[in-house]
Amino acid sequence: MVPTEALAYRAASQPERYNYAIVRGFTVMALVWGVSAMVVGIYLAAELIWPILNLDLPGLTFGRLRPVHTTLAIFGFCGSLLFAASYYVAQRTCQERLAGTLLPLVTFWGWQAFVLLGVVSELLGYTQARKYAEFEWPLDVLVVMVWLAYLWVYTATLYRRSQPPLYVANWFFLACLLGMALLYVLENLVVPVDVLGMKSYSEFAGVQSAMVQWWYGHNVITFLLNMAFLGMMYYFLPKQVGRPLYSYRLSIIHFWSLVFLSVWAAPNHLNWTALPDWTVTLGVTFSVMLVLPSFAGVINGLMTISGAWHTLRTDPVLRFFVAALLFYGWVTLEGVTMSFQTINALSHCTDWTVGHAHFATLGWVSMMSFGVIYHLVPRLWDTKLYSVRLVALHFWVALFSVVLLAAALEIAGIGQALRLRTTDEYGNLVYSFMETDAFLTVPYLLRGLGGSLFLVGALVMVYNLVITVVRAQRKRAATEARIAAKLAVKGLRPREG
Amino acid sequence: MKHEWIETHTSHFLILTLLVISIGGLVEIVPLFLIKNTVETVAGVRPYTPLELLGSNIYQREGCYLCHSQMIRPLQEEWLRYGHYSLAAESQFDHPFLWGARRIGPDLARVGGKYSNTWHIQHITAPRSLVSRSRMPNYLWLKDRPLQYSDIEAHLRALVRAGVPYSENQEQYDKNVALFGKDVANRLVISRARENLLAQVAGNADGNVVSPTEMDALVAYLQILGTLVDFKKYDEGYFARFR
Ligand code: HEC
Repeated sequence: MVPTEALAYRAASQPERYNYAIVRGFTVMALVWGVSAMVVGIYLAAELIWPILNLDLPGLTFGRLRPVHTTLAIFGFCGSLLFAASYYVAQRTCQERLAGTLLPLVTFWGWQAFVLLGVVSELLGYTQARKYAEFEWPLDVLVVMVWLAYLWVYTATLYRRSQPPLYVANWFFLACLLGMALLYVLENLVVPVDVLGMKSYSEFAGVQSAMVQWWYGHNVITFLLNMAFLGMMYYFLPKQVGRPLYSYRLSIIHFWSLVFLSVWAAPNHLNWTALPDWTVTLGVTFSVMLVLPSFAGVINGLMTISGAWHTLRTDPVLRFFVAALLFYGWVTLEGVTMSFQTINALSHCTDWTVGHAHFATLGWVSMMSFGVIYHLVPRLWDTKLYSVRLVALHFWVALFSVVLLAAALEIAGIGQALRLRTTDEYGNLVYSFMETDAFLTVPYLLRGLGGSLFLVGALVMVYNLVITVVRAQRKRAATEARIAAKLAVKGLRPREG
Repeated sequence: MKHEWIETHTSHFLILTLLVISIGGLVEIVPLFLIKNTVETVAGVRPYTPLELLGSNIYQREGCYLCHSQMIRPLQEEWLRYGHYSLAAESQFDHPFLWGARRIGPDLARVGGKYSNTWHIQHITAPRSLVSRSRMPNYLWLKDRPLQYSDIEAHLRALVRAGVPYSENQEQYDKNVALFGKDVANRLVISRARENLLAQVAGNADGNVVSPTEMDALVAYLQILGTLVDFKKYDEGYFARFR
């Protein structure tokens, strides 16, 4: 008799066919960094309401803490999830184990070290004073090396595949990998003051430095927050509904138009500045064209579900994907609107921009992430989610709080901007700066509330996932113990794995 | 060409993607270095003195740029609130630019000369002692912390490599005299950096010899923001030509 349990045991003790350990590691770290990013974000929001919270400690002042928030969110959370998802998708779509044994680990530890050191150095005041590129040059060297290792592991895995076509999701991950490498290196061309010190000066100055910075800043969003997460959408959404992708052709159009057009929209961040007009005009033109690929993506995603809409009622995980896509569409339209000169004159430098960014990062990126994580965790630990009802609860809390938070910010921005431009009948300004600032009181409280609720939702998720994993591990340990006992009775010893 | 040709060969895919990504950046960035009109020709703008430079570094270190912009836009209400719109020329020596993207506090592009040094010191140390509802943090420690300036020459030399005309030799010095006048050229000599720094601190403190603090540097920096160009010398049409 070959008991099925013994077979199961043997399967479990064999080395895994796929390298899931690395995917598990990155998924856990994505959660850790994600929750930290939210906590820091809420603290920053509170500092703006109650400045006493700066506590007169250099590391806690708003100016030092703000880059920590974006570092944790972009590089910690999104970055780790990108590694997890791309490693998983590459293995599944190529049906091959991840290439290398040591290098994947180098990417894991290297990336975590980068995020941690990045945060610590920002708290200590080391900064290049450029958004999403605050890290001083020694950290740049580290992250570029990690990224090259990533590029190797990922493409080497793709090269192992026996089926020639490369699945769509991988196109997006590849573009993200390449794009980020190009952007990061150019943005960080600096002259160090001393090879033994941290401080450096940018190669570029003034208007050129501004353009390079926003070419980088805008496209970190394009590649790390859009491309990467569209890659996830193209794999996980069809899997979650259990239907094939709606249109392969549409995904070709989506991909190439997006990689080409996105890069051009960078000057929108410099509307009305000393950047020459021709550059801004190009930026606005291309951002209008960007509506096309964005909607190609939204349609491709939503039409994949078409015919199975009823699953939305029973499967709350799918709801995260749908909400994310709708936010993606909305953010694109809003972004185009904000690039127009007249609107931009109002929105620039106000909380409207911050609200827009949160529609993108919480509405699109986080909703997509949550869907992906809920999909991944049961598969990585070979089990079922502990509670589907908690997933549903998380969904509604997250949806409500994103809208509350981002809408509060946009109202804050528009309200303050309108006061800033109000003049009386003689053409004099009506409000002093602090009088325009007074408008922010209520919206800022609502924003803080929205952020806190979003965190509560995320904690519900973490709780759900922890119980899921703990139960899976207990069950597995129990099965193994039972088998070992049975084999011991028969005088056999389990085969060494 | 069929899409298959691209997606079945990983290398084709990689190369093509890289090309497509690069185009936008090339077209929008490279001309900014080549077209001469990108930065206005205007008298008065000069590199920072050693003290101001270290002040700018403290401004960056504390993340002031995250709450304050330094870019006045050509809009009526900004003109009324902050003054003449910012020129590209005014940040031509900023490595990197500090235009900012969010105004939790007011724009600072022309804050130079608006308040006294004493006001700034009081305000930066305890903003709410002057503006009761200010959201700005207290920076208590800046006025006590000694300024680190022992490696100032290395800073200036790094900037020379990035293209800022501090002078290391007679030739560059003569050029600076022609460009900025003798007074300014003297303040840009690398070998005299420490001397110049101390002299500027003493000057700001009405001749009292003091050991420079981080606050001295920061305030010296704030006080020259937006003050270098004399706009009375130019009519409006002049700057419009460069846009
Ligand atoms: C949390 C955001 C924040 C940070 C960080 C911040 N400020 Fe402010 N700042 C403000 C606000 C709000 C005001 C307006 C109220 C006031 O005058 O205090 C202001 C006002 C000012 C003013 C007066 C401007 C004027 O025209 O009246 C100066 C100068 C200034 N800040 C300098 C700095 C410097 C230097 C730093 C960095 C060491 C800094 N600020 C950091 C928010 C901030």
